[in-house]
Amino acid sequence: MSILQINNVTMQFGGVTAVNNLNIEVQEGKIEALIGPNGAGKTTAFNVITGVYSPTKGNVVYNGENITSLTPDKITKKGIARTFQNIRLFKNLTVLDNILIANHLRLKSNFLSCTLRLPWSYKEEMQMRKKSEMLLDKLGLLALKNEIAHSLPYGEQRKLEIARALATDAKILLLDEPAAGMNPSETMELSSFINTIRDEFKLTIFMIEHHMDLVMEISEKIYVLDFGQLIAEGTANEVKNNQRVIEAYLGVEEDA
Amino acid sequence: MIDKLNNKKNKIYLNILLAVIFAIIIILLDTERIGDNYIRRILNLSAIYTIVSVSMNLVNGFTGLFSLGQAGFMAVGAYTVAIFTVPLAERAKIFYIIPQNPVLAQIELPFVIALILGGLLAALVAILIGLPVLRLKSDYLAIATLGFSEIIRIVFTNAKSITNGALGINRIPPMPTMWVFFGVAILSVLLIWLLINSSYGRAFKAIREDEVAAEAMGINLFKHKVMSFAVGAFFAGIGGGLYASLLASVDPKQFYFTVTYNFLLIIVLGGMGSISGTVIAAFVVTSGLEVLRFFDEPLTLLGVNIPLFRPGFRMVIFSLLLMILVLFFRNGLLGQKEMSWKLIFDCFNKKKPRKKTDKGGTAQ
Repeated sequence: MSILQINNVTMQFGGVTAVNNLNIEVQEGKIEALIGPNGAGKTTAFNVITGVYSPTKGNVVYNGENITSLTPDKITKKGIARTFQNIRLFKNLTVLDNILIANHLRLKSNFLSCTLRLPWSYKEEMQMRKKSEMLLDKLGLLALKNEIAHSLPYGEQRKLEIARALATDAKILLLDEPAAGMNPSETMELSSFINTIRDEFKLTIFMIEHHMDLVMEISEKIYVLDFGQLIAEGTANEVKNNQRVIEAYLGVEEDA
Repeated sequence: MIDKLNNKKNKIYLNILLAVIFAIIIILLDTERIGDNYIRRILNLSAIYTIVSVSMNLVNGFTGLFSLGQAGFMAVGAYTVAIFTVPLAERAKIFYIIPQNPVLAQIELPFVIALILGGLLAALVAILIGLPVLRLKSDYLAIATLGFSEIIRIVFTNAKSITNGALGINRIPPMPTMWVFFGVAILSVLLIWLLINSSYGRAFKAIREDEVAAEAMGINLFKHKVMSFAVGAFFAGIGGGLYASLLASVDPKQFYFTVTYNFLLIIVLGGMGSISGTVIAAFVVTSGLEVLRFFDEPLTLLGVNIPLFRPGFRMVIFSLLLMILVLFFRNGLLGQKEMSWKLIFDCFNKKKPRKKTDKGGTAQ
């Protein structure tokens, strides 16, 4: 069953068409990937899904509901959370605070009862802390909970960003180049990490990635984008041998 | 000895000791056993500046909105207190050119109610201003809020039947005790501290750190910005109400936009994002400006009249001090940290190697 559908989405900035008539169906519980050369429009596609841009044409459907015109915060509330290509943590706050902030969207108490620490708000806050610490524990970040986010090593920051997205109780994670800047051993660790959280939290994962070994290893379906156009889709092997994909990455021979 | 003091139980005792000393000093001042009216007035003013500065820090330092509208919100609170607490019998003497609005002329409220009403009205004005203005960012927001602050002042200058125009309103009943100012200041700082350390406060900080990420984490940016802006305005209104009763009179000139710069100065010096830093800076700046009055008096040294010492010279000294502070303490007194015994002990404790500062703020 498809949980996320991108139907005929076109995104234009002035005269530039960043994404042209894109159709993607992400299946529930799968790990799927969006690849393509630089400037192919992958991040633009992510920004359309998460509500940063509203598309020129087409729509985005999540769980049968049209979410095209919603703002990013509302889309996150529905269960789609994302990470960013260049890490965007709340740098000067602690690891635990980063996770707690991601819990804020499910808060029921209003700001007066929170400020006055009324019993029900206090209880909710304590539950929130417990839940956040459990999440950090599961992901192996609990020992770092009082560290300032920007003081963490790079790999841990990536992990924390994924943890923060998870803390919003997301059903789908959109990962924008999670392995960017990682060495091969960190990349391998990340791939097993992504697999683990998918199984543990029953997630659907849709990611943009440049590390082909990571993409080929874990994704069950791959979409290839070039100049805003979807040029191929299928399993790792199908995509690898597709003539148009090879041309997009390596160029076309002129002499033919 | 410092190591011995540096444990949790002793820190609680130290806090209690500090609170008792503080209370005794205020009681002694209040019952006129020490100090004089001049000192009492400066301290009361410092307490008011504390409220307004902390409220401004909530908006600027914790939510990251560069807002310069504090003087306008203060004016709303001040005028509410002025309009509703002047005794009915005195009204005709004040509004002698244009009579007071007949409805308002019959209403007199107790101080506490007028004060809270002033805060609420300031918050309401903030919400109305915030709806269009909070869609702007950084410098643009600063200019727009500054503009609105001036609009409030000009409206007050011209709504003569309500505010008595440029003549202002005097005969505001004075407060019997310093505890009014200090009590409200303590309560305000406490409430803002509680707000900042709640889930909503964390959401404010998230907006300050990274708006895009905050929104991606499901935080409704606009709602939270308006909320922070309105709470900030509420406490600025409360501060304004106290200001009116301290001076016993209000007129539009007191709320010229340059007043906001005093608060900006205090929060920058104390540390954007530090409540305790703001409180300390509010007292230091407010009383510092008075102490420096020494430079405004003519000075004759060994029979020679020093020509520099004349009215206005203190502002030169003050500006120089500011430049030095900003050059060497770029993050202000405390940056985003809060004052704690640990911080003080660590400062004295030379045995431990000092923590490396990676945020280029401290003097080398």
